[in-house]
Amino acid sequence: MKSDAGSALAIHAEGLGKSYRIGRGVRATTLAERIATTLRHPFGTGHGELFWALRDASFEVPRGQAVGIIGRNGAGKSTLLKLLSRITTPTTGWAELRGRVGSLIEVGTGFHPELTGRENIYLNGAILGMRKHEVARRFDEIVDFSGIAQFIDTPVKRYSSGMYMRLAFAVAANLDAEILVIDEVLAVGDLEFQRKCLGKMGEVAGAGRTVLFVSHSLHAISTLTSRTLVLDRGRIAFDGSTSDGLAYYRGLQAAGADSPHAYKAPAGKTGVHLMDGHVLTSISDGLHRHGDPFALEFTLDVPVPVSQLCFSVHIMDETDRAVNHFWIYGDGPSFRNATGQFRVRIDVPKYRLVLGRYTVTVWVTDRATHTIYEHLTNLCPFEITMDGLSRPDYDWSPEMMVYAEDYTWDVRRR
Amino acid sequence: MTGAPVVRIGAGASGALHRLHEIWNYRDLFGALGVRDLRLRYRQTALGIAWVVLQPLAAAGIFAFVFGRIARVPTYGQPYLLFSLAALTGWNFFSSILTRASASLIQNPQLVTRVYFPRLILPLSVVPAALVDLLVTIVAFLGIALAQGRTPAATIVALPLVLILLGMLALGTGFAAAALSVRYRDVQYLLPVAVQLALFASPVGYSSSAVPPQWQSLYYANPLAAPLELMRWSLLGTPAPTLSRIEYSVAVALILWLAGTWIFRHIEQSFADEI
Repeated sequence: MKSDAGSALAIHAEGLGKSYRIGRGVRATTLAERIATTLRHPFGTGHGELFWALRDASFEVPRGQAVGIIGRNGAGKSTLLKLLSRITTPTTGWAELRGRVGSLIEVGTGFHPELTGRENIYLNGAILGMRKHEVARRFDEIVDFSGIAQFIDTPVKRYSSGMYMRLAFAVAANLDAEILVIDEVLAVGDLEFQRKCLGKMGEVAGAGRTVLFVSHSLHAISTLTSRTLVLDRGRIAFDGSTSDGLAYYRGLQAAGADSPHAYKAPAGKTGVHLMDGHVLTSISDGLHRHGDPFALEFTLDVPVPVSQLCFSVHIMDETDRAVNHFWIYGDGPSFRNATGQFRVRIDVPKYRLVLGRYTVTVWVTDRATHTIYEHLTNLCPFEITMDGLSRPDYDWSPEMMVYAEDYTWDVRRR
Repeated sequence: MTGAPVVRIGAGASGALHRLHEIWNYRDLFGALGVRDLRLRYRQTALGIAWVVLQPLAAAGIFAFVFGRIARVPTYGQPYLLFSLAALTGWNFFSSILTRASASLIQNPQLVTRVYFPRLILPLSVVPAALVDLLVTIVAFLGIALAQGRTPAATIVALPLVLILLGMLALGTGFAAAALSVRYRDVQYLLPVAVQLALFASPVGYSSSAVPPQWQSLYYANPLAAPLELMRWSLLGTPAPTLSRIEYSVAVALILWLAGTWIFRHIEQSFADEI
């Protein structure tokens, strides 16, 4: 067994790959289906095509390095993290991690709404792999960081969303792991809280711990990491300095996806997820005239009932600022507590975005458990034009306003 | 060298010893999940822990009426309530472990898809709550027995062994059911029916001696028959089943345990992909 050569390495992955079988009748979920499939195709089980969510990923991470992982939706980021955190097993290849691994695929995993903050700290700590005495030793620090000391003996179901996130992140941030694998946990919470988390993570990375960090926030990636892996269609397309990585990633984004104005979930995706999404624009595919009726259409796949399933959509402008938020929270939409595929359509009678390019961000979450099922960005890029709107003397330009409204003039001589 | 743990990731299951060691490392999670279940169980109920006693008492009361009054089954001269409660205590221990263990994976998809820990912890973690229920019921049983002027039999010292046997039967089946229900949700619907059937096919409301002699061998093919009769033997001093029938139950328990852990291990790797 090699020892000295590998001891400076925290992570060594060689040819890691994960494939799923997709197609009809492959994943029978009831015995009856299984029997029916067997009767129809009595020989062999190799139906459906093999889809590689991640393929041939090889890399080494020296101890103490912070590495960012970026890539478009479905590029294999989550799969890589799930393999390294041992949530799922690879189809090919192997990896070796030296040191205690702490993985944060989400914060607050296993939080129970009926339990108090104190009880949840112990439970969540244990779920993250901490020993009871470690949690006890860190308890005051955790409560301190969360800033909700006076509610520590209140059931968390009475917490606001922000308080909940604070407490959940506080537990995770105090995890004593040599290798931290983190997925997109900064995507939630208010700005101040995000800044605090970012600070804490910078501290962690600075303290000589190895960090693997997936994020959609290029800002977070560039402040926290010096090296970046860019994934594209299941492969590591780039491995190098973060500044070069970000440039490479921007190039990928500019090159665009196969079908630019629609989103389709990568094959083999399971769990509660967005199957597809379209923007219905007025002039042509991806081009919309200011003030015309506009619609967004999505298909949600909900294989297991979720009581507080929430679906919301942001329209982002070119500077990644949310200019619109469409949500379905209240009044129990039919996809709650039910299973199946649901079409969600959002109609805007007169869409008055200012000219420019926009993209769609989609969130699918469970408000009860604060689970993020989907956080997809840069979907369905579209462009708004103000051509043909009467304004003969001047050209329209994107910077002249952030918002346009219908209005009338009334000018009279007094 | 720092002696830091090395985690190897690859296709294929790890060795049994390594897995045992890992479960041991996660023993605090086992405790934390057990405590969570206990805390949550009777929260927002007016009677709280009293339900632990009231549930089996009510069931024993129903048995007392149906079997004791209407069918008048023989009870070896014991008051019917104690006679049925003794076996019911063991039955409840068995069925609550089996039912909760088999649901433990599909009721915690968040844990399975978002964080790593030895998955066997989930079905195992139902045991502390079942043990607490059991203790409370046994204390209630002894209270009722003493109130009726009966002192417990000396055979009560063997009670833990009987409970280990029942626990192994429940967990072995529970491991398999938990793993299989990730792949086939049918298990969820099949299991309650099977448990209900097993209750009537086992000597809980009646004694196995009420079964005609020519059917005795068939009756004892049910691996629960011997340990449930042993519950009564231990708590009330009624006759014990023959040694060979006890040995048969122990053998089945061992086989179920091995088969259950084997099935669990076999499916475990794809839990996160399929749940």
